[in-house]
Amino acid sequence: MTDTTASGDVRLAGISKHYGSFTAVHPLDLTIPQGSFFALLGASGCGKTTTLRMIAGLEEPSTGTVSLGEREVTHLPPYKRPVNTVFQSYALFPHMDIFENIAFGLRRRGIKSVKKQVDEMIDLVQLGEHARKKPHKKPHQLSGGQQQRVAVARALINHPQVLLLDEPLGALDLKLRRQMQLELKRIQTEVGITFVHVTHDQEEAMTMADTVAVMNGGRVEQLGAPAELYENPRTTFVANFLGTSNLIEASVESTGSDVAVSASGAILRLPAARCSTTPRTGGKLLVGVRPEKISLVPAEDEHTIAAGRNKITGKIADSSFIGVSTQYVIDSPVCPELEVYVQNIERDARLVPGADVVLHWNPEHTFGLDAAQDIDAGIETVEESA
Amino acid sequence: MRWLRRNLVVIAGLGTLAYLILPNVVVTVFSFNNPTGRFNYAWQEFSLDAWKDPCGVADLCGSLALSLQIALWATIGATVLGTAIAFALVRYRFRARGAVNSLIFLPMAMPEIVMAASLLALFLNMGIQLGFWTILIAHVMFCLSFVVAAVKARVLSMDPRLEEAARDLYAGPVQTFLRVTLPIAAPGIAAGALLSFALSFDDFIITNFNSGNTVTFPMFVWGSAQRGTPVQINVIGTAMFVIAVLVVLAGQWAGNRRKKAQPK
Repeated sequence: MTDTTASGDVRLAGISKHYGSFTAVHPLDLTIPQGSFFALLGASGCGKTTTLRMIAGLEEPSTGTVSLGEREVTHLPPYKRPVNTVFQSYALFPHMDIFENIAFGLRRRGIKSVKKQVDEMIDLVQLGEHARKKPHKKPHQLSGGQQQRVAVARALINHPQVLLLDEPLGALDLKLRRQMQLELKRIQTEVGITFVHVTHDQEEAMTMADTVAVMNGGRVEQLGAPAELYENPRTTFVANFLGTSNLIEASVESTGSDVAVSASGAILRLPAARCSTTPRTGGKLLVGVRPEKISLVPAEDEHTIAAGRNKITGKIADSSFIGVSTQYVIDSPVCPELEVYVQNIERDARLVPGADVVLHWNPEHTFGLDAAQDIDAGIETVEESA
Repeated sequence: MRWLRRNLVVIAGLGTLAYLILPNVVVTVFSFNNPTGRFNYAWQEFSLDAWKDPCGVADLCGSLALSLQIALWATIGATVLGTAIAFALVRYRFRARGAVNSLIFLPMAMPEIVMAASLLALFLNMGIQLGFWTILIAHVMFCLSFVVAAVKARVLSMDPRLEEAARDLYAGPVQTFLRVTLPIAAPGIAAGALLSFALSFDDFIITNFNSGNTVTFPMFVWGSAQRGTPVQINVIGTAMFVIAVLVVLAGQWAGNRRKKAQPK
């Protein structure tokens, strides 16, 4: 390996993992560009951690190859790979103090003078003056957030080509998690090392990563920038797992650059470019729209809605006020439980449970999905992790 | 009455402590006795004679040295073997693992006298000369299960991710074992070793059956008790007790010091 900077991409080619008859990861091709913050997102058991462990060398792939830059590392043991891991629940060595934990990797590679580098790391992860003065505390004497920082420092001090993070924030409480998300993002920008982050938390993945790969059942469902995945989900799993989607079963009336569909009498339009499948006239299509894209007006104000917008009538079944917005559940003949989020700019007193309403939105904000898939895919898991 | 109720736990605790310590106190006090007859059972007068000449009784110090030697080797043998067995039982899935898992505790459950007799039969049938080696083999055997029990508990509670983290941080298999696995398992191994030493040092039944002409310290005490008990036995007993207490105190002191260690 002569030049690590020219191409330090992580390339997975056809890797899969079987345990007996169980397939944890189906053959998978993935290229993680050098210097990017990449997230593997999915529910537990989707194969994301197995994929990460195959990059680390802790798991040998059943088929396929792992390459770091030009070098193939598929059969290299973990201690010979320029890759380091921040483990779930940190796995700090309980019999060593902070200093020795951080210096472990350097010492194993025969580096004698470690003090300066350890101090630099303590600064980088902002373990604080406290830790600088007392690096001889044992891991169990630290708070969860501090342990997290030690785990990151212990891995980063080795300047790996890739840093792997296995649910690193899972053990922290919500507030600390938010703070550490920003911290990790800052550190990544500062050191410029490729970060591969495994998480089940879609918000975490979207906040931190440049590119997110959504995994389900051992396969990558969709890969892209967070906004791209959110606006243009290509499967029902992605639509439901990333945020919330209203999915409406409809039949295709006409095709062209705009597709028109009908659902229980309502005619809805969407751009053909936003369909993940080729709609055929007379065929079925799942039409999706995000709850925050929908506007809500009382039925008597229907005439105020601009022409050309998608419209559905319904009745408010439930509303919950959550400060910045109000979340409504709408009972509609088109779809039994439509969710609508309305910003609390000017609250309309007529929008109360039981009121007849009209929902309308820009057709551009509508996406189309193949109807031949489970409409509820990804919903259970969201509730579980919330 | 209220005072009694409030301090009942303390009183019960002190009572129990006295119950535990009383035998040691008697042994210590009688090590300073100057008995008139052959038996050291009645207090006569204070004397330092026995302390000045602890080896003054024929064969006493020889048997003591032998016991210490056997205890040391039995501890080393049982600790090495037992640690290896414990790791194998926790880490690897092999055929007959379940059987080994329960058979290893057989020496703990079996009456010692039965094991002693059957071991003797075994050694005699195999034509092995009774003595130092038969004692050592027997001691390693019954210490083994205690070491396995102590180490296994420790290895079971160890997070396998720690070793993965070590391998991830450039430690090869040998380094991982020496730097991470062994230090974390060390308290369990030490507990097993201490237990082995104590069990081996004062074992009488199995030793008595399998020793031939060799005499260990417990056997010497038993033998002399038939004909009269020299004060030196109390001296050795007291010395052992004091050494044990000092070792425990030193261990605690070292532990506290490590916790308060200052930056380099």
